[in-house]
Amino acid sequence: MPDMVKVENLKKNFGDLEVLKDISLTVKEGEKLVIIGPSGSGKSTFIRCINYLEEPTSGSVTIAGTKVTKKNHLEMAKKYSSMVFQQFNLYPHLTVLENLTLAPMKLQGISKAEARSNAMNCLERVGLKEKAGNYPVQLSGGQQQRVAIARALCTKQPLILFDEPTSALDPEMVQEVLNVMVELAKENITMICVTHEMGFAKQVADRVIFMDGGYILEEGTPQHFFENPEHERTKAFLSKILH
Amino acid sequence: MIKGLLDIKRWNALLDAFPEYYVPGFLMTLKISIVGLLTALCLGIVFGLLSTAKFKPFQIISRIYVEFIQNTPLALQVMCYYSVLPMLFSSSGFRIPKFILGVIGVGVYHGAYISEVIRTGIEAIPKGQSEAASSQGFSYIQTMRYIILPQTVKIIMPPLANQALNLVKNTSILAMVAGMDLMYFTDSWGADRGYFAQAYFTSAVLYFIICFPLARLARYLEIRSMRLPVAKKLDLAEEEGVC
Repeated sequence: MPDMVKVENLKKNFGDLEVLKDISLTVKEGEKLVIIGPSGSGKSTFIRCINYLEEPTSGSVTIAGTKVTKKNHLEMAKKYSSMVFQQFNLYPHLTVLENLTLAPMKLQGISKAEARSNAMNCLERVGLKEKAGNYPVQLSGGQQQRVAIARALCTKQPLILFDEPTSALDPEMVQEVLNVMVELAKENITMICVTHEMGFAKQVADRVIFMDGGYILEEGTPQHFFENPEHERTKAFLSKILH
Repeated sequence: MIKGLLDIKRWNALLDAFPEYYVPGFLMTLKISIVGLLTALCLGIVFGLLSTAKFKPFQIISRIYVEFIQNTPLALQVMCYYSVLPMLFSSSGFRIPKFILGVIGVGVYHGAYISEVIRTGIEAIPKGQSEAASSQGFSYIQTMRYIILPQTVKIIMPPLANQALNLVKNTSILAMVAGMDLMYFTDSWGADRGYFAQAYFTSAVLYFIICFPLARLARYLEIRSMRLPVAKKLDLAEEEGVC
């Protein structure tokens, strides 16, 4: 499989604070990568550097062979990556359907009819077809996040970035979102997912990486990771999080 | 005092003077208000956008305008336009036409306030909105147009209506420089005849006729902005037809 994302010596500072110290990583096309780690370890910053929501201080991110730069990052996002946020970030002034059709119509030049039928298909996949005419504020958190996933699907990029998609949800709504993500993982979409859901990681990840203090401390298959973690820090983290 | 107010002779005198004093004064105030409001809106939008731009000098320019105008009296500003500004063009007693003077006076003054209304309106939109837009590939202009400003408009309508209301009332300051507006004619007729009660009462009614609907509009917009949206009914036949 060719490389989807290649990250080389990525560093990111916020003022004097070094959040990412030296990250290098390659993600293959179709791979499902899960990133775990304690708060403040830099995992969200890292995933946000991939689509240039954060500008790297140094190092590079390459997607499908093209380096992501300040100049081309919007073009790259349009072509290659979409994102699902912790806080959903749906557009509140638009209906669910309009949330899904905005980018295809305005950015990809798809006709209204085609965008709408495509959007309805995406909504069906997340089980929310009947909510197409509603506004985001009328939906529960879990439903909003499923709409956000449908929005990411709708633009048909090969890479989806998930930044703690279930962290802002009430506990009883976590599963409905995870179910959608598990279904999604059966397809040939590349997924990079920052999450605290270890069950999800075990179930869908091809590879898990553990970040701490701005570095990747450990990486491996879920099996290796959860059964024989090498690093003391990883063991300590897992013992706290798995009960 | 009450006797004077109810004196039918004085009211008859006012009726006689109405077409000559109050009609042109009212029309002038109305014209200055409308064109002044448009001017203020243009200035407010331009400087409001500048103040939210990433480019620092734009922010500084906008700050200087807003602070300077907000922290000096409108009366002083109008006196400057009346007496000082013409000197920049010629020394031979040139005077700016009263209509233009009025438009500049209230336009520049309320432009500064509207700029602040627009800045706070834009800043009230959560950062996640522009991040979601950027993650989909929307440029700054597209993000503003499709995502930020439509949400901003809803927030700023009530304070904008308030600005319009204050602008109408503030046109009365033009009386100081013989502005040919309603207040000027009121003063002039009142002083001419000594019938101040009739003069001011009539003038108050005329201002009220313009301002009261604006106040109601502001209130209506405020209530509307707090209302939750109603789901849109989708034409399902249309959806089926497309699929």
